[in-house]
Amino acid sequence: MGYVLSRDSFTRVLKKIGQSRRIYAPVNKVGEGRFTDVDVVRYDFVTEAPEIELDKKSDYAFKEILTPLSQTLFFFTEDEVKEADMDEREVIIFLRSCDLHAVKRLDAIYLENKFVDPFYKRIRDKVRFALIGCGRSYEDCFCVSMGTNRADGGYLFSVDMIGGKYYFDVKDDELAAIFASEAESEQAVEARYVTENEVKVTIPGNVPVSVYKDPLWEEYTVRCINCGRCNFVCPTCTCFTMQDIFYTDNGRVGERRRVGASCMVDGYTNVAGGGQYRRTNGERMRFKVLHKIHDFRKRFGFDMCVGCGRCDMVCPEYISYANIINKVNDAVEGGAVNG
Amino acid sequence: MGNMSSNPYVPFPSKIREIIRHTEKEYTFRMSFTGDVKPGQFFEVSVPRYGEAPISVSGIGEDFVDLTIRKVGRVTNEVFEKGEGRTLLLRGPYGNGFDTSLYEDGEVIVIAGGTGVSPVRGVIDALAGTSAPKDKHVIVGFRSPSDMLFRDDLKRWDEALDLILTVDGAPEGYEGRIGLVTKYIPEVEIKDVANAKAVVVGPPPMMRFSVKDLLAKGFREENIWISQERKMCCGLGKCGHCRIGETYVCLDGPVFNYSESKNMLD
Ligand code: SF4
Ligand code: SF4
Ligand code: FES
Repeated sequence: MGYVLSRDSFTRVLKKIGQSRRIYAPVNKVGEGRFTDVDVVRYDFVTEAPEIELDKKSDYAFKEILTPLSQTLFFFTEDEVKEADMDEREVIIFLRSCDLHAVKRLDAIYLENKFVDPFYKRIRDKVRFALIGCGRSYEDCFCVSMGTNRADGGYLFSVDMIGGKYYFDVKDDELAAIFASEAESEQAVEARYVTENEVKVTIPGNVPVSVYKDPLWEEYTVRCINCGRCNFVCPTCTCFTMQDIFYTDNGRVGERRRVGASCMVDGYTNVAGGGQYRRTNGERMRFKVLHKIHDFRKRFGFDMCVGCGRCDMVCPEYISYANIINKVNDAVEGGAVNG
Repeated sequence: MGNMSSNPYVPFPSKIREIIRHTEKEYTFRMSFTGDVKPGQFFEVSVPRYGEAPISVSGIGEDFVDLTIRKVGRVTNEVFEKGEGRTLLLRGPYGNGFDTSLYEDGEVIVIAGGTGVSPVRGVIDALAGTSAPKDKHVIVGFRSPSDMLFRDDLKRWDEALDLILTVDGAPEGYEGRIGLVTKYIPEVEIKDVANAKAVVVGPPPMMRFSVKDLLAKGFREENIWISQERKMCCGLGKCGHCRIGETYVCLDGPVFNYSESKNMLD
């Protein structure tokens, strides 16, 4: 069902659906960017339509609600381990098509891969999605190359803001009644999506061992400063490290957390006693990039990267991950030609 | 409060039944445990406040598992503060482990270095109990005589099968063999090398050179198994630290056939 609403009526809809749910959406944070006076778009809980940033692309992904940067797993007391409680309310996440596709990647790691992660599952079961249509392609996006430019279902409703009006395609019957009660008009609505990006990548098929050893990676040993920002903004990066925190000096009461980890940052592979793998940033870049466009696919059947371009937007060294993909593809094809 | 037992991240308490001191820095903790477990699998041992460390199973009994722990970090330092009768928090076992039945027939060579003996201790015991133990060859190497682990087992194995025990270096007057494990690979007499099997566990360079020598000797790639050591924070295929390419060492390993592991590039 398609509905057209004004900004105020959209807010009233949000208030109604927000009575029993939390709404998590991209928000433009004024002056909170990397440099003073620069805005950043990141996710937060909202209650009113104007808070939701529907025009810009978010700098950070939605994933923090599903895989928090720092999450308490359980509490230790003297002789007991207790699981942490959670907010039981349903959550509606506003996200774009690429990010909706990213959820499938998070699910593969956390709900499959032999073990179900109970901390992820309990929040995942409460999460529903609202699709933000894309009226244009943003800087660095290459969703079309990755086949993630269009969402086929999996959301309650879509939203597009055109000329100050909000257009919704509502798939859920219960919500349709709420939208209908506030709508200016009912008409056929289809979420917008892009069919072309400026950035294009060609994903290589099978990457042979020779490309793992190719000198192309060495450039990044020099250029990359292994800050890990590319991992933290990525909607499909999921790694974490365990961390114990204690509240008192005698160490009797505390908690175990997991905190986000980056495969680019020192210490990621360190084992007790001094062993370390992938010392150079070039090797780490190879590890990250091939996971996104090759290794994950070999395990799960589809590529990990969804082409959101956030890693390229955030890199302080202006390293273009999209270029790396194309270089890898050239190396694979060149290798095939040369035998 | 969730259902505790169904959450794989929540450790269970296990009592330290006995502590066997091998060296100043290496003790075996015999822990209460009942359930299926194989040599080469591992447990995550936790000490609240200090964190968790993956430790491979070095022995298996009806109602216990042995964890041989080297005191090298925050968590293991703390473990060494605990005495018999105290408890440690465990979760596991994780990983595939060794399928000992694969090695019981025919000729086998096991090469283990240092703490690498822990994961294969159960394999060597199984070999010692077979009907043709003289076809079972074991090369065990330690850094020095004072670094030797499992001294009682070494005596037993020496009687039961063909054991070559060596140390990298020793003080003057030491009577035993000296030299890296690879020095002794040529000494092992294999009758049918095309069908003989090998298990190699130890520090990465030791595994690399041993496998190279075995291949040169005529062993087939698919008859060689190794065990990989990696950082393992979860053991559950989630944290990502152990991944190599499409492989999760904690789920698909740590034991790999060499025909697979040779293509695993860090
Ligand atoms: S954001 Fe750029 S510099 Fe930082 S780790 Fe990623 S590629 Fe390297
Ligand atoms: S690798 Fe970069 S482009 Fe791909 S999903 Fe992650 S942040 Fe987006
Ligand atoms: S140890 Fe965490 S994924 Fe393997």
